[in-house]
Amino acid sequence: MSKMNAILQGTLNWVDERFPLTKLWKEHLAEYYAPKNFNFWYFFGSLALLVLVLQIVTGILLTMHFKPDASLNASGVPVAFASVEYIMRDVPWGWLIRYLHSTGASAFFFVVYMHMFRGMLYGSYRKPRELIWIFGMIIFLALMAEAFFGYLLPWGQMSFWGAQVIVNLFSTIPLIGPDFSLWLRGDFVVGDATLNRFFSFHVIAVPLVLLGLVAAHIIALHEVGSNNPDGIEIKKKKDGNGIPLDGIPFHPYYTVKDIVGVVVFLMVFSVILFFMPEFGGYFLEYNNFFPADPLVTPLHIAPVWYFTPYYSILRAVTYPLFGIDAKFWGVVAMGASTMILFLLPWLDRSPVKSIRYRGPLYKGFLTAFIVSFLILGYLGMLGPTPVRTVVAQICSVIYFAFFLLMPIYSSLDRCQPEPDRVTSK
Amino acid sequence: MSCDDKVDCGRRRLLVATAAVGGVAGVAVAVPFVASMLPSERAKAAGAPVEVDISKLAPGEMMTVEWRGKPVWVINRTKEQLDSLPKIDGELADPKSEKPMQPDYARNATRSIKPEILVAVGICTHLGCSPSEKFKTGAESGIAADWPGGFFCPCHGSTFDLAGRVYKGKPAPDNLEIPPHMYLGDARIVIGEDKKA
Repeated sequence: MSKMNAILQGTLNWVDERFPLTKLWKEHLAEYYAPKNFNFWYFFGSLALLVLVLQIVTGILLTMHFKPDASLNASGVPVAFASVEYIMRDVPWGWLIRYLHSTGASAFFFVVYMHMFRGMLYGSYRKPRELIWIFGMIIFLALMAEAFFGYLLPWGQMSFWGAQVIVNLFSTIPLIGPDFSLWLRGDFVVGDATLNRFFSFHVIAVPLVLLGLVAAHIIALHEVGSNNPDGIEIKKKKDGNGIPLDGIPFHPYYTVKDIVGVVVFLMVFSVILFFMPEFGGYFLEYNNFFPADPLVTPLHIAPVWYFTPYYSILRAVTYPLFGIDAKFWGVVAMGASTMILFLLPWLDRSPVKSIRYRGPLYKGFLTAFIVSFLILGYLGMLGPTPVRTVVAQICSVIYFAFFLLMPIYSSLDRCQPEPDRVTSK
Repeated sequence: MSCDDKVDCGRRRLLVATAAVGGVAGVAVAVPFVASMLPSERAKAAGAPVEVDISKLAPGEMMTVEWRGKPVWVINRTKEQLDSLPKIDGELADPKSEKPMQPDYARNATRSIKPEILVAVGICTHLGCSPSEKFKTGAESGIAADWPGGFFCPCHGSTFDLAGRVYKGKPAPDNLEIPPHMYLGDARIVIGEDKKA
């Protein structure tokens, strides 16, 4: 046995002299000291990684059977649409792989939204973690692009009209807009050229960017160290060996904790996957079971649930301004609603990071923000009526007020003193 | 960049010049990459005009034909529908069709060559959905009690009248596009081509 160990140790030494394997293992797992008071909210980062792997594996398998072709087959059905039906009906276990991928997309957004909300609750975006937040925001944008490109591929009615609307958003940019959306589409209308290039973006371009950004996100995190629910820096109190007093090695403590999170997540995920993969039309919309028809827009068109808050903000702008159409300002508002999150580290002037020690002002604004975000999301799934438009306008104002007024209310707030050491609640 | 005895300025200049030329070459290579995503020659050639027979289109009816991959509506408007048009001028964003959304021969009160026949591209000027016909008037339409008939875009709620003119305060900024078209006799229309062309 000891001879076996010696051989393994020798092999490891051979590798370590040529590649920093043990060094990486220590820096990122065995000797990465994370605060000992992580709670439920800290599951979502590792879950996002899990879903990313799931999407890549199922995506590779789907690519083996899917055909990005908008031309009609012998039965008059678009080839792309028919190939998805083929995966669902004829490919062995194809239904499972396809549902894993489509349910995984919604799960990805759920997990990432929870992960971002955790960052807002505990001030994880504050100095010195601004770059982690910015990398994370770019990941979020890339994820939205990935979801949008992927949604065109089944070439159903919602695929087609969703892409038509989103590509036309770019045509509202003054001067270069119409030419830019023509370039993006590759044709005068959404068609075969668009389907082919969206396939290319979806399976290679955006995933490459995503993987690079995820690496940058984690490298930046491990450089400055994790925040925690108390929002205080554990690196300020170290023992004689330079190890934070409130830190524990990521492996085995948090790897084991995260496995619990993975098990619970997979239980919920499996229930949805096997019993309600369409999720009542919220994950896979009814109209997407009809092949794309460029001549008829479905009567009810709405984006998938994870885009609806921004879609509501787009629709809420109905006034022209400075002699430019309302349509342009709607697109600006929608873009601003995601881009403004980038500024969060500099808008927040509170002396404390965590919600635990913040005052009533911030808690009030955060609650109003979450409520209006959820209402906007709900309204985005419904058709427009005059009353709903007014509600969406009010919620959009609250949404932006949360950010734009933050420098004022976060510095005026009556905060409680932060503790010296992390607490266990 | 300061030149002192530690820096060989001749080599530094060569370095800058090389990097600049290399940068130009990089940009030049990007041109064909970006341009490869423009519409292909085949896509550009696909926009041929289409001919429509409207002899069977009864008053109050509408038909949809495909031109350049887009839906084009041909609507035979009734007398009542035509009479309703001037009454709602006050509610419209561009009642006199001043913006260039139509050829000059359709820049009139009915936005058409023959008053009763409207030919319009059925693509909302907001974000490109195809509006649905709402020809029923009044509360029955589900839009408004005084609705005179027209079109409703399901995507963002823009409304258009029976001449494709957009209502005020809606996301769509412009009236529906009237494509170039001409008549070949009484009941045949060519869409995508007119006499001037």
